[in-house]
Amino acid sequence: MIDENGLRLDGRKSNELRPIKIEAGVLKRADGSAYVEWGKNKVMAAVYGPRECHPRHLQDPAKGLVRCKYNMIAFSVSDRKRPGPDRRSVEISKIISEALEYVVFTEQFPRTSIDVYVEVLQANAGTRCAGLTAASVALADAGIPMRDIVPSVAVGKVNDTVVLDLNKEEDNFGQADVPMAIIPRTGEVLLLQMDGHMTYGELQQAFDMGFEAAQTIYDLQKDALKRRYAVEGAVDEEENGEEE
Amino acid sequence: MARSIISDIKRDHIHKLIAKGKRIDGRSWDEFRKVSIETNFGENAEGSARVRLGNTDVLVGVKMDLGTPFSDTPDKGVLTTTAELIPMASPSFEPGPPDENAIELARVVDRGIRESGMIDVKSLCVTEGEQVWICFLDIYVLDFDGNLFDASTLGAVAALKSAMVPASRHGRGDDYPLPTTCTPISCTAVQIENSLLLDPTLDEEKVAAARLTVTTDENGDIRAMQKGLKGSLTRDQITTIIETSQRLGNELRKLIG
Repeated sequence: MIDENGLRLDGRKSNELRPIKIEAGVLKRADGSAYVEWGKNKVMAAVYGPRECHPRHLQDPAKGLVRCKYNMIAFSVSDRKRPGPDRRSVEISKIISEALEYVVFTEQFPRTSIDVYVEVLQANAGTRCAGLTAASVALADAGIPMRDIVPSVAVGKVNDTVVLDLNKEEDNFGQADVPMAIIPRTGEVLLLQMDGHMTYGELQQAFDMGFEAAQTIYDLQKDALKRRYAVEGAVDEEENGEEE
Repeated sequence: MARSIISDIKRDHIHKLIAKGKRIDGRSWDEFRKVSIETNFGENAEGSARVRLGNTDVLVGVKMDLGTPFSDTPDKGVLTTTAELIPMASPSFEPGPPDENAIELARVVDRGIRESGMIDVKSLCVTEGEQVWICFLDIYVLDFDGNLFDASTLGAVAALKSAMVPASRHGRGDDYPLPTTCTPISCTAVQIENSLLLDPTLDEEKVAAARLTVTTDENGDIRAMQKGLKGSLTRDQITTIIETSQRLGNELRKLIG
């Protein structure tokens, strides 16, 4: 899976991300939204809220509840995925919710829920990371007060080599997968999972790669938000100019 | 677990103790509670184990049956892991299908066993593409006082190691022990006010900001990890938890043999 020049099946170097495109504010109805193309992954995230939390027994009088639903659409994978939640998506929804709740100032919105919907439109490994990356841009797009935005990336191991951002072929035959989400500004880790087989040293190498890539993705996220609001800013300037 | 309520006075007490480097039950930060493992609990199961970790009490059973393999792995047996947080174990557990906490528990235990290669799934193949052994690993929490991940992994590993493949029931010769290769052990820590505590009790879990479970094998290699709860961990904290898991994993492994 890695050739004599150290290049991977898709020509990437071991520490190279797939091409990532992020766009904020892609849906009209949602309070906030984002679309991420990450290699062959296509993921959309929408945010509704803060709004009254239903069912009401889940309401917290002290703070809001961030709840994410991660879902793969039926034709996002090669074998049709039966619609509805499965055990994998329930687990992913839970860990994305927990990571996002840390960055949202939930204490400002008692008794509410902030609902985050992540839809995987096309899957090619790394969808939870693409989903969380999209979800935090969507939260920012919704104007929800946050500590920071959360970039997420997976590091894996193929052919006994630690590599960044596994694609589907690498994931299927890979020896390990370590999805993580990191706030680059503080170095805080908000999501961390691992399966496979890694030595202590390989795992440290994985963290080095993940932290570096998180900064790159973070910059793309910020850039997407700036572009989203730059358009409106430009219109304002024109209007101001006419008034003068 | 859905809404973990803890009184302010107990929360403050735990925080004050941690500031002094102490814990509510007098343990050191990296000390597990007393572990007892009782295998062959039920005679109708192919293998079973009851694990007590302090006041946490977990029962794990293995049942095996012949079935058809998945089409993408025609030469491999199947492992399926389920966990039930039954209402007798805690006032916060409710009857009904497994919720996200039960699903996460089952998937993290499953991941450690599967990724360590503890069960050689190829040895569970009877006829390629047609018939393989299906191994059901069922986890029941009887009494909940925190750290279900480690109690359940210990129970699952002990139950699998004690399991006999029920070949005679299916007219396939004598029963024989389920072949296992290694012994994965998980260790879970929580972060409270930037202090780390291994093997948290329920009260400590309620106060905790973040949790990390690390499953290691006898070489100290890492086979599975899962971070949980709504707080953060620094890289140094993660490294400390991994190193502690390697060390404590070796001690816990001796209990299973």
